[in-house]
Amino acid sequence: MHIMEGMLPGPWWEIWTVLSLIIIIAGIYQLNKKVKENREYLALLAVAGAFIFVLSSLKLPSVSGSCSHPTGTGLAAILFGPLITTVLGFIVLVFQALLLAHGGITTLGANTFSMGFFGPLLAWILYIVLKKTKINVYVNVFIAAFVADFATYVLTSIQLASAQAYAFAGGFGGVFMDTFINYSIAFLGIFATTQLPLAIIEGLIIAVAFKYIAKSRGDLLVKLGAITEEQLESIVKPNKEVKGNEKIYS
Amino acid sequence: MKKYTLEIILIAAIVIMAGVFLYQSNTGDYEYGGADGAAEDAVSELNPDYEPVEALTWIPTFEPPSGEIESLLFCLQGVIGAAIIFFFFGYYYGKNKESKAKKS
Repeated sequence: MHIMEGMLPGPWWEIWTVLSLIIIIAGIYQLNKKVKENREYLALLAVAGAFIFVLSSLKLPSVSGSCSHPTGTGLAAILFGPLITTVLGFIVLVFQALLLAHGGITTLGANTFSMGFFGPLLAWILYIVLKKTKINVYVNVFIAAFVADFATYVLTSIQLASAQAYAFAGGFGGVFMDTFINYSIAFLGIFATTQLPLAIIEGLIIAVAFKYIAKSRGDLLVKLGAITEEQLESIVKPNKEVKGNEKIYS
Repeated sequence: MKKYTLEIILIAAIVIMAGVFLYQSNTGDYEYGGADGAAEDAVSELNPDYEPVEALTWIPTFEPPSGEIESLLFCLQGVIGAAIIFFFFGYYYGKNKESKAKKS
């Protein structure tokens, strides 16, 4: 769930809007470059974007007794990195803000930053680092997708807390720090606890999706650098032991 | 890893989630409202003086007139995404099958 319209006082919403705008421009630039490199990436891009569309339309009940939706950004982050994911996330958020009154126009920048950039950035870095270890590729995808989702809402809480504490304290002085910590705990209690089980489900869904993409167009994933030749081998022929890729499950 | 280990784990996780939800919604007193609404309520509780920022009125937005219309639009969003995903999965499936048939 995104920050609702009007919940970010100035100058916070302006700052997030400008930041997101810069990232979106960089993302569009990178997107053009990628597509020029290989037209076939367009199909994967569409699928990655479609996953954000589908998963962020599903409002699921959580153990905390409230509902939230997954982000679906993990797949795009693994395949294309955080800049291009920001562009895809932005498209979904614009749709929801303009037609569904979900999220908002003034909060669009902050929501794009957390869902499109911050979550996917952490996921992407973690994925690259873990790829160097001999971790199972599905476990790695699961972790990345989980982090992309969960980190989004951690930042959402912090964005809301910082802006609200700033409004409450009337600036950075005085009671800002104390209020900020109190607010952060309150918002994390709402967003993070609701999101935790949903992020686990999302991680599993993205891992399954990744398997089917790798099975049908594994060559493109190798070209993108998302998986290595050996990993692809172990996905296409799962029962054959592949050197250099230890299995976690038997 | 066996052929369908991942799928089985996913289905098991969904069944567990659904089970917990069924149990909770039958026994507990939960509203199942949105987490964003809960955050909004928390703001008005923590800082009752807070005045929400005025929306940018020069950008036209559409407010769904009812919950039904809203669920329609959310459903449409999901359908569009699902259509794209399964179009490409089907396309690649057919293509792979054809190239295998050619080889043999």
